[in-house]
Amino acid sequence: MSSADEASAPDADYSRRAPAPGAGEVSTPDAAEPAPASRASRLGPTRTQALSVSIATGAYAISFGALSVAAGLDLWQTMALSLLVFSGGSQFAFVGVVAGGGNLAAAAATSTFLGIRNGFYGVSLAPILRPMRGPRLAWAAQVTIDESTAVALAQPPEDVPARRQGFWWTGVGVFVLWNLVTVVGALAGQRIGDPADWGLDAAAAAAFLALVWPRLASRRAHVVAGVAAVLALALTPIAPAGVPILAAAVVGIVAGWKAPRAEGEVPE
Amino acid sequence: MSAYVWVWVAIVAAGLLAWLTKLLGHVVPERIVENPRVHRIAAYVTVTLLMALAAVQAFTSGGHLVADSRIAAMAVAVVALVLRAPFLVVVALAAATAAVLRLLGWG
Repeated sequence: MSSADEASAPDADYSRRAPAPGAGEVSTPDAAEPAPASRASRLGPTRTQALSVSIATGAYAISFGALSVAAGLDLWQTMALSLLVFSGGSQFAFVGVVAGGGNLAAAAATSTFLGIRNGFYGVSLAPILRPMRGPRLAWAAQVTIDESTAVALAQPPEDVPARRQGFWWTGVGVFVLWNLVTVVGALAGQRIGDPADWGLDAAAAAAFLALVWPRLASRRAHVVAGVAAVLALALTPIAPAGVPILAAAVVGIVAGWKAPRAEGEVPE
Repeated sequence: MSAYVWVWVAIVAAGLLAWLTKLLGHVVPERIVENPRVHRIAAYVTVTLLMALAAVQAFTSGGHLVADSRIAAMAVAVVALVLRAPFLVVVALAAATAAVLRLLGWG
């Protein structure tokens, strides 16, 4: 997997595709230490990959910063979202619901639902990162996102130090750049007048589309996504803002309840 | 409390919930979350939420269905995505499409 692929699919769900990463082989931190040769062979490329993914991902925080201000949040609130929520899809969703006039509980709920996948990433990363405690665990949790998981799991399964480096370098790299660039986007957003004149409403729609795009690999995913979109649009004139989005979440629950008949039908 | 304070409450709550979700994955025993149904639901909920957000953002304004320059912007975004353009390019092209059409007076 090249870093360019990851950059073009920043929110792709890699955890399901990943092999069980060295599960069972890593019982203690000492057992994770590889031969020196393997360490030397991978850490260079891993860091390069982490850096390129960090730059590509950090760059699009500019659209988040600008959209957040356009939605009516101020600079400090926009910065707080990037620092505290730190998950692109969830942040775009939060400001999207606020911009649509939805209530704040719906915004927080939608943001949280979209962050559920990050919980699964922690499970995929456990064999690489455990054991962790205290501040290290807290910090690892905060930087557990699509990109850090993808780069970690893209390293060879037997090279645990490279996987660990991939996680930390990408997680911290994206965190730093994402938060810095959010400020740039928010400051730019404050100076441009009516956001619609600049097409920022269309930019937000395109951002959601680009985030869902890599997950629409199967026919079943297309149908489910189509039903969700039509239901949300149909409910918009009659339900309070934010409710149509949460109704779409119910479509997802129903779609995932039954096992698919064929392999590869679950979105990745 | 003022509306401003409530926005802060929602931001801090969303941040805390996001962090707790991430933390949970790191601390729960693997067998609990390895349930295939839970995995499928998480994957589909992500798809349906993002798709609904895209649709509502593209085709509604203030609680009404609206057809304006955002339709053309979405068409351009789809073409860019089919051509495997990077995220930022897709977003910028959609914004530019809507902005130019509005400059010309077309919604």
